Amino acid sequence: MLPNHAKLMKFFSASDEVVGRKKLQKMIYILKKCDIPFEEKYEFHFYGPYSEELTLRMEELCNLGFISETKEKKSNYFQYRYKMTDQGEEFLNHSNVQIPAIDGMVAKMTDKSSRFLELVSTMLYFDDLKRQEVEVKVQTVKNKQNYTDKDLQSAWAFIDELKNA
Amino acid sequence: MPYKDEQLSEEKVFKDPVHRYIHVKDQVVWDLIGTPEFQRLRRIKQLGTSYLTFHGAEHSRFNHSLGVYEIVRRIIYNFDGRPHWNTDERLLCLCAALLHDLGHGPFSHSFEKVFKLDHEDFTKKIILGDTHVNQILSRVSDNFAQNVADVINKTYQDKLVVSLISSQIDADRMDYLQRDAYFTGVSYGHFDMERILRVMRPIEDQVVIKETGMHAVEDYIMSRYQMYWQVYFHPVTRSAEVILSKILHRVKHLYEQNYKFRLKPTHFLSLFLGNATVKDYLRLDEPVVLYYFQMWMDEQDEILSDLCERFSNRHLFKYIEFNPNQQMKEWMELYSLFKAVGINPEYYLVDDSSSDLPYDFYRPGEEEERLPIHLLMPKSNELRELSRQSDIVESISGKKRTDHKLYFPQDFIEALPEDNNKKRIFEILFD
Repeated sequence: MLPNHAKLMKFFSASDEVVGRKKLQKMIYILKKCDIPFEEKYEFHFYGPYSEELTLRMEELCNLGFISETKEKKSNYFQYRYKMTDQGEEFLNHSNVQIPAIDGMVAKMTDKSSRFLELVSTMLYFDDLKRQEVEVKVQTVKNKQNYTDKDLQSAWAFIDELKNA
Repeated sequence: MPYKDEQLSEEKVFKDPVHRYIHVKDQVVWDLIGTPEFQRLRRIKQLGTSYLTFHGAEHSRFNHSLGVYEIVRRIIYNFDGRPHWNTDERLLCLCAALLHDLGHGPFSHSFEKVFKLDHEDFTKKIILGDTHVNQILSRVSDNFAQNVADVINKTYQDKLVVSLISSQIDADRMDYLQRDAYFTGVSYGHFDMERILRVMRPIEDQVVIKETGMHAVEDYIMSRYQMYWQVYFHPVTRSAEVILSKILHRVKHLYEQNYKFRLKPTHFLSLFLGNATVKDYLRLDEPVVLYYFQMWMDEQDEILSDLCERFSNRHLFKYIEFNPNQQMKEWMELYSLFKAVGINPEYYLVDDSSSDLPYDFYRPGEEEERLPIHLLMPKSNELRELSRQSDIVESISGKKRTDHKLYFPQDFIEALPEDNNKKRIFEILFD
């Protein structure tokens, strides 16, 4: 029952808490690109890869009581925190869905900013291009983010680190 | 005269029930409409299985693609001479609008899920591959086909151009909401598009709406909300979609088990093997798929034959509302009971959630989650997110309505012998 919801719950069982919807979107996308079999479909949006399916599935998990969502007011916007509940844990215990171990990758991504994860996920979105072409494309579609060469090098190193984890 | 500037000697018009007339003057656009890849869209229904619920919903992606083109043509006409609008992008916008759904296959949603396909990916491959469409686009300029693909893929450098085809208030949505309302015959889905087009303003990177047009946008947002729950996510349509998806799973499974088909699924082989080329993909349209379903009704495999009969003759599954949290144990018991009475639960006990048909309700979202609809305030020229100005939009976008249903063949259950298993199945499903 609900195998795709269960896969997301596996992600939340590997993370203590996820702060920010943008960060959540990018983390699931990056894991997908690291061959973790999440099924949510992504498209490229203004701020990089985005999945409406993931947004809807998160709303379902919250409405079912499997994930708790806390809304916090920031200076001129709201931010959301997500955490697995006891009922969510029970649901996961009844599910036989399996995914590869992701704890290490999740921990590494949790430490990074959403801006950095937006860069990483955008680079992975263009992974059918050559390395230099990826950098040109990222600078074209993300020209407002002012990513520096140092940012790009850090992102490449982070991708290598994740793929070799 | 360069091909990109060539105009037809006389303007061509298509009569259209939604926009009255669709006007074509550019030779390039006219040539694209005539390609086999674009004409194929006549054989792909815009609303997939919805015709089994709303009998009028037989309109095609061909109709819709022309409609999106027409809306973009009108927007561009209004933008002419305004700051931030680059007139050199005109033909690119028109071609991207016309071709944005080129990669849709038959019953796209189920096919994509079962065979792990991506219609956006096929749109790109058709535009860039060895096709008639590519030959025409390449005559415009060397990089024109790539630019069209980039606009559709939302990775083009000029985000204003992208936002005409794809944003929270774009030509694609404005066409399908009105067209789907017209052909299904429902009374929701209507809004004042002419008014919205008049208050759209190009700014750097996006299209915004003059604050005076807020009420027209409220209607559009309401229309999106109502069309989702009343049309797109209609439970009867979902029942047909569940059966369709199970047919595809079954036929793939049988192929993998070396089952001897009476009618070899030739058109499906590359999908089973995961190596569909553009040529393979373009050969598969809805009449072809429906022909196979008719033929498979005579297959020896009882599950395939039964599911095809159900789909072809609209003999659909029944459903109940289902809460996966509160009814988790009942679901597990039901699964075992179905097995015990010889009804394969993998094909005949199916949960379906609102997220199985993603549809983007308007949400303001978090900062930088996705780009919202912005209102352009008078005098100050400040931008304000729509739900912060509109109580109606705030009220809809704050509500997170979700839905889960359980689908099953009630006729199979009713035909079971009168025993404790049948009694218990009835108790769980109907008490």
